[in-house]
Amino acid sequence: MSTSEMEDVLGVAAAWRAAGEQVAVATVTETWGSSPRPAGSQMAVTASGRMAGSVSGGCIEGAVAEAAQTTIRSGAPQLLDFGVTNERAWEVGLACGGKVKLFVERLS
Amino acid sequence: MTPDLLAALAAARAAKRPTVLATRLPDGLQLLLPSAEAPPALAEAASRALGDDRSGTVKLADGDWFLHVHNPPVRLIVVGAVHIAQALVPFAVQLGLATTIVDPRRAFATDERFPDVAVSTDWPDEAMDRLAPDCRTAVVTLTHDPKLDDPALDRALRGAAFYIGALGSRKTHAARLARLRALGHDDAALARIHGPVGLNIAAVTAPEIALSIVAQIVAVRRGA
Repeated sequence: MSTSEMEDVLGVAAAWRAAGEQVAVATVTETWGSSPRPAGSQMAVTASGRMAGSVSGGCIEGAVAEAAQTTIRSGAPQLLDFGVTNERAWEVGLACGGKVKLFVERLS
Repeated sequence: MTPDLLAALAAARAAKRPTVLATRLPDGLQLLLPSAEAPPALAEAASRALGDDRSGTVKLADGDWFLHVHNPPVRLIVVGAVHIAQALVPFAVQLGLATTIVDPRRAFATDERFPDVAVSTDWPDEAMDRLAPDCRTAVVTLTHDPKLDDPALDRALRGAAFYIGALGSRKTHAARLARLRALGHDDAALARIHGPVGLNIAAVTAPEIALSIVAQIVAVRRGA
């Protein structure tokens, strides 16, 4: 029961890429406090707006999807921080009070 | 992530090889482990992450590395292709347990009754010898029939299964333990068997019993 057993987000992302979509994948790399999803949790996003998987309880997915669009366009990976000490995250609202760090990369 | 790396990771996962995708943060340099080319410190950290079955970030001399663990699925061996086994399968699939149903009674062990999982009609001792339960395997016996349950439990106790459960009342279970003791299993070994199987949620129906069983498997696996 590791984090990736039930949902094969990478598999979905690869299938989307193979079908010609531009795809980015966000992966939780570190968590602090009571963040809802463990390190290794993933979310895939396409330029056309499709989404699979999750990296929180739904609190930051919108902001992550936005960041993913930037990575899809530029090709540059990003390291994102969300937490209560982060003003942007406060707006986005990680209501559990936890903190997460995410890596966003494009599937080339 | 490059197409080659993605394909290599997919192949490793399909072959059920324990694999770590290592990503250096924040520049995104990536490699798959185990690999002969990996620096020793990274190889050691990846091996530890696989053993702990836990993804996470480690600080090494050349930077922070995120180690994404891709272990093969935890396995569930169910002895007895009975009604409760049918109720158990959807929970097991949902939890990502790679499930095999074992029952030599061909009328029960059919693909029609168990469309989503592997079905074996070998005798339980032969099936268990072939499946070789390890520390990432749970074994549940559901037949109530000592001819089928006992050989499976005997084999499970000789292996490293992280969870062993046996369906049956307290009285049935006491008689079962006496038979297994006669086969040479001591009290410490017999204490590994969860019997009557499942968390006590006063389950009555087959789906409720199945829920209590999977809940107990999760509790044991997560160290609750």
